[in-house]
Amino acid sequence: MIAVVDYNAGNTRSLMNRLQDLGIKATLTKDADVIAQASKVIFPGVGAAKAAMSSLQAADLEDCLKSYKKPFLGICLGMQLMGEHSEEGDQSLLGLLDFEVQEFKGVPKVPHMGWNSIFNLKGPLYRGLAEKADLYFVHSYYVPLSDFSSAGCNYGIDFSAGLERDNFFGCQFHPEKSGPAGSLILKNFAAL
Amino acid sequence: MLKKRIIPCLDIKEGRTVKGTNFKDLRDAGDAVELAALYAEKGADELVFLDISASLENRSTLIELCERVAAVIDIPFTVGGGIGSLKDATRLLEAGADKISINSAALRRPELVDELAQEFGKQFITVAIDSKWDQDQFAVFSHGGTRRTPRELREWVQELESRGAGEILLTSMQGDGTKEGFDLPMYRQLADIQIPLIASGGAGCKEHFLEVLRMPQVDAALAASLFHFKELAIGDLKSYLNENKIPIRHA
Repeated sequence: MIAVVDYNAGNTRSLMNRLQDLGIKATLTKDADVIAQASKVIFPGVGAAKAAMSSLQAADLEDCLKSYKKPFLGICLGMQLMGEHSEEGDQSLLGLLDFEVQEFKGVPKVPHMGWNSIFNLKGPLYRGLAEKADLYFVHSYYVPLSDFSSAGCNYGIDFSAGLERDNFFGCQFHPEKSGPAGSLILKNFAAL
Repeated sequence: MLKKRIIPCLDIKEGRTVKGTNFKDLRDAGDAVELAALYAEKGADELVFLDISASLENRSTLIELCERVAAVIDIPFTVGGGIGSLKDATRLLEAGADKISINSAALRRPELVDELAQEFGKQFITVAIDSKWDQDQFAVFSHGGTRRTPRELREWVQELESRGAGEILLTSMQGDGTKEGFDLPMYRQLADIQIPLIASGGAGCKEHFLEVLRMPQVDAALAASLFHFKELAIGDLKSYLNENKIPIRHA
């Protein structure tokens, strides 16, 4: 059973629908015990970093996420919250991985919204997916490329579309909104 | 590279598409969800549902529709029509909408845009604008294009950007339904727009999409009947745009 973390930060209905369509067993929960027992965790999120961190703290879920040792997938803001710090409102994050979330600067339009291609695909999440597949993105802040980038994307600059280190995975795009390519990534995660 | 988006728009009344369609392969031509699923499969990048009944008593059917769409569609979709409060927006978010579109309510009380952006993030807020050339300016109209407001298009867009709108859906009232092409001078007015811009109104053939999507400030193009009546297939349109060097997603 996959635990999808429910902390009032965004559109979880679409994610739950997609998982159900794909025959992946998942439960939406804010219960730390259920999360700790789950075989995998998906950590979604949209909106502002500060509000999301406050909601996590209010739900008393920080420690439970930090100590999780099985496959963990952060999506969009969920991936960003896995870092140390965000330029968005000078906010401290969960610190699961060592990165700083930065603001898009010098690009004509923010948010980065729409379908964009991902490249330099590495690791099990992208198994069966073609280089330069298009995925759906919507975000105003980004995670820079680093040693643990598992996919890149370009919007003015190259940034991390995907992350992987140990049991921690992240995707900046929304796999649940990315058609067949996104479904493949969710299936790959479920199969880990 | 970020792709330009092709967006079919479905006008909805009491949960059903209004203008009807020409799809023989649909069991029920009026069923919005079935049509939406077909578009998603054919390569639409996103969908817009506009509830034209838009009265309070129909709110629950719009929410129900939203839930049904979210259950079967794996691409983003926007819902609009009569949304005027944070409560409406919350219910649609919970029902699975990726974005909401507001129009007259923003003109009536522009602070609503700030409040929605604060609560849900700007990525959730599309502001729809109906405009046409009138008395030496691109004037902004409310109430489905029936009432002229004192606002001028470019100033209104700038105000919306600063209030936290995440995207603009700009419909040319002159072009709408004519199939004579998108209103290029109108989109030219917004050369310096800083948020995504969807062009709407006037699409009649694939060349029209090429013209408008060549403009760097235009991120997406929307059409309704052209797709509903199969005058243009999304796949053919995308192949044509791709041959003409417009960055397009291949579904």
